[in-house]
Amino acid sequence: MNTDMKVPILQLRDLCVAAERPDGHRVIDGISLEVHEGEMLCVVGESGSGKSVTSLSIMGLLPRGVLCPAGGSIRLEGEELLGAGEKRLEALRATSMAMVFQEPMTALNPVVRVGDQIDEVLKAHTPMRAVERRKRILAMMEEVHLPHVERIYRAYPHQLSGGQRQRIMIAMALILRPRLLIADEPTTALDVTTQKQILSLIRELRDNRGTAVLFITHDMGVVAEIADRVAVMRQGSMVETGTLDQILRSPTQGYTRKLLSSVPSLVPRASAGAADAEVLLQISDLGKTYSSRSMFGKVNEVKAASGVSLTVRRGRTLGIVGESGSGKSTVARCAIRLIDPTEGRILVAGQDISRLRGAALKQHRRRIQVVFQDPYRSLNPRIRIGESIIEGLTNFGVPRAQAMAEAAALLEMVGLPADAVSRYPHQFSGGQRQRIAIARALAMKPDILIADEAVSALDVSVQAQVLDLLNDIQGRLGVGTLFITHDLRVAAQICDEIVVMKGGWIVEQGPTSEVLVDPKDPYTRSLIQAAPGRHWDFPNFRPVGEVKGGSLRSHVKVTPPMAEAM
Amino acid sequence: MNHAAPFFIAAGPGSRVQSAVRYCRRNPLVTASALFLVAIATVALIAPWISPHDPFELQPVLRLKPASETNWLGTDAYGRDLLSRIFYGARISLVIGLGAALLSIGTGMTLGLIAGYMRRVDAVLMRFVDGMMAIPNTLLAISIVTLVGANIWTVMFAITIPEVPRVIRLVRSVTLGTREEAYVEAAITLGSSTSRILWRHLMPNTIAPLIVQGSYVCASAILTESILSFLGAGINPVTPTWGNIMADGRAYFRIMPGLIFWPGLCVSLTILSINLIGDAARDALDPRMAKRGVGR
Repeated sequence: MNTDMKVPILQLRDLCVAAERPDGHRVIDGISLEVHEGEMLCVVGESGSGKSVTSLSIMGLLPRGVLCPAGGSIRLEGEELLGAGEKRLEALRATSMAMVFQEPMTALNPVVRVGDQIDEVLKAHTPMRAVERRKRILAMMEEVHLPHVERIYRAYPHQLSGGQRQRIMIAMALILRPRLLIADEPTTALDVTTQKQILSLIRELRDNRGTAVLFITHDMGVVAEIADRVAVMRQGSMVETGTLDQILRSPTQGYTRKLLSSVPSLVPRASAGAADAEVLLQISDLGKTYSSRSMFGKVNEVKAASGVSLTVRRGRTLGIVGESGSGKSTVARCAIRLIDPTEGRILVAGQDISRLRGAALKQHRRRIQVVFQDPYRSLNPRIRIGESIIEGLTNFGVPRAQAMAEAAALLEMVGLPADAVSRYPHQFSGGQRQRIAIARALAMKPDILIADEAVSALDVSVQAQVLDLLNDIQGRLGVGTLFITHDLRVAAQICDEIVVMKGGWIVEQGPTSEVLVDPKDPYTRSLIQAAPGRHWDFPNFRPVGEVKGGSLRSHVKVTPPMAEAM
Repeated sequence: MNHAAPFFIAAGPGSRVQSAVRYCRRNPLVTASALFLVAIATVALIAPWISPHDPFELQPVLRLKPASETNWLGTDAYGRDLLSRIFYGARISLVIGLGAALLSIGTGMTLGLIAGYMRRVDAVLMRFVDGMMAIPNTLLAISIVTLVGANIWTVMFAITIPEVPRVIRLVRSVTLGTREEAYVEAAITLGSSTSRILWRHLMPNTIAPLIVQGSYVCASAILTESILSFLGAGINPVTPTWGNIMADGRAYFRIMPGLIFWPGLCVSLTILSINLIGDAARDALDPRMAKRGVGR
C-alpha cells in the first residue's frame, strides 16, 4: 500500500499498561499498531480487551494512581508521547489529537451553551478574536451538518438530540484540525438510524480533511461499515491486524473467526412452533399516557404507547423492535404490570389483568416472568444466588428445602453448576448472571417470558450462547416469549413474528421472514437499511449474496435459503 | 470512557488484623479518636468504682477548693468532687448520645423507607417533615422538655424528635434511587410483598449512609443535652451531667475556670472524636469520597 511510504500519524510499539499495585498486573500487554493519514483503523474487541485503555494512554488520560504505562512507545507524528510533560500533552490534545467519547450527554457540560463550549477550545489554543472564533465555530457546525447553526450555537445540551450532541462533540474535537481523531464507541449509545448518519459523517470528515481515525468499537457491523484496517484485541493483547477484507474474509486467528461467527445474521432463522398455537398473552388497544400538571394548571400529556395490539402464542417468540422512545419497553412493562396501562386490555389465559390489584394481581404474576437488560443490576448484590432464585417460590408458599432443590436443578438447566446457589452475583460474569436471571424467571414455571433487551448488554459471543439458551428453553418448556430489542440482528435470530414500533405506535407487524426480508413500511425499511454491516455475512466470511465460487448477486436482497446454509 | 474498562483497585494481601494495623498507622487521628471514645465509654461504665468521691455528697466546708491530693480537679460551689461528677456525667452524655442516635435512626429509617417507596404516603409525610425542619432543633427540644418535664428519658426523646426528619430525608433519597433498580422490579414481578421488598431489598442500601448519619446525630445529641442543661432546661441540676456542671460553674468562672474548662473539654473532645470517626466511616463506606484527590 502507498500509505506505508509515509510516516504514520500514530505509531504504537509494544505498549504495556500496568495496574499500579504490588503485583503490577498488565492490562495492556505489548500491543503495536499504526494509523496513517486519511486512514480509519478500527480497534475491535469484547469488554475487558483493553481497547479503551489503549485510547486513554494515547491521550495521556489514564486514571492516575490506578493505571500507568509500563513500557513501549507511543509516537504521534514522530513525537514520543510516553514521558512527555503534562503541559506538552495539554497542547497536543485538541491541536494534534482529539477524542470523542461514547456518551455525548455526560461529556458535555449541561449548564454551558454548546457554542460556548466549542469556543473554550479555540480560546485556549488560538489567539483568534471573538468574531473570527464565532465564524469558525459556525462553519464547523455546518461541516458536521447541524441544522440552524445560529440557534444550536445558543442551545444547551439537553435541548439537542443524542445525534446532535455527538455532532457537537465531533465539531469540538475537529475544530483545530487535529491529525488524529480517537473515537471511543462514539455511536454505541445512539439509535441505528442516528448511528448511520454519524458514521457517514466521520467517514466524510476523514476524506475531506485527511484525518487519521482510531475507531474503537465492539460491533463488527460498524467495523464492516467504515474500517480501512482492523485490529482485533483480546484481554490486553493484539490478536491480529489486517485490512478490512483480510479480517472479514480470511481471518487467520481462531479468536477472530469465533468473534465473526458469533455476530447474529440478519437472515431470519426458521420459525419455531405452530402459527396457530394456543394464545397465551393477548394485548389489545393498549395505551399508556403520562400526564403532568404544570404550576398554572396546564396539563402536559405524553403518549408513550397507543393502540398497541399483539398476541403471544405457546412455543413462539414475538419480537418488538424499535428505537429509543418507540414505546417498546412501555408495552413490556405494562404487560408485567410494573406500570399501569391507561387504556386497553391485557388478556392472560382469557382474563383481563390490566386492572387487577393486590392478591388477584399477585396470583397472576406467576404466569408472566421477566428477564431484564442489565445482568449487573437485576440481581441483588447482597443476596446469594439461591436465595434470589427461590424468592418467588417462597412467596407462593413452596417450602424452602423443596424450592432450593428446584433452584439447583434450574441452575443446571441453564448451564451453571448447582453449587452456584451459595455464591454471590459478583462471582459471576455478565453472561452467567443473565443465565441466573433466566433461571429465576423459570422457577415460577411461567407461561410467558418477557425479555426486555435481555442480550443487549452482553458481548457478542456470550449473546449467541444466551440466545441459544432461550431458544432451547422455549423448545423444552413451550413458553411464549415477548422479546424486546433494538437490534434487528438479534430479532432475526430469535423471533418468529416481529412488531415494529415508532413513537408509541405499531407501524408494521408480521412473520419475521416477511418483515425483515420484504418490509412494507418505509420506517421498517429505513431501520433495516441502517443496520450496520448488513451487506456482510459474517459467519460465512463473505458478502451477503456471494455464493461460493464468487459472483455477487445482490447487496440488499436477503434470500430465505440462506437460513438453511447456516 | 468505556464503562466496562477494567479500572479496579484490588484489596492488598494480608489478614484482617494486618490491614487494620495498616489502616491505624495511616490514620493516626482516627485511631486516637477511637481510643479516646473507648476510654470515655470505659470510664462511664465503671464510674461508681473509680470515682474517688460520691458525686452527690455536699461538703460546704470544701466549697470551690482548687485541685489537691484528695480532689484532683478541685470541688464545685457545693463542695462536690469535680472529677467524680465528670465521670458520672459521661454516663448521661453517652447514654443520651447513643440513645438519640439509635432512636432517630430506627424511626427515621422506617418512615423514610415507606416515604421513598409509597408515593401517596410520601406526599403527606414529607410536608409534615418540611414543617418540622422549619423549627430550630434546640428550640423544639426546649419546648418538648418544658411541656413534659425533664428527666433523662424525656430529654433523650426531646433531642431525638428534631433529628428524625433529617434521617427520613436521607433514607428517602437513597430509597428513591434504589427503587428503580432492576432487582427491585424483579422482586415485584416475583410477587414479593411490600414489606419484604422494603426490608430485604431496599433497607440494606441505607445502612452505610445511616452509620455515618448516626455518628453525627450522636455528636449533636451530646451537644444539645449540654446546651439544654446549661440553659437550665435539661435534666435536674443535682444530677451530674457535663452541661449541668458547666451551668453550675458559670457564676464562679473567674474564681475557678476548671468548673467550665474540664467538662467543656470532655464535650468538645467527645464530639470531635465521634465526628472524625463518622468522616472515616463515610470515606470507607463510600469509595468515591475516599478517592478524592487521587484522580485528576
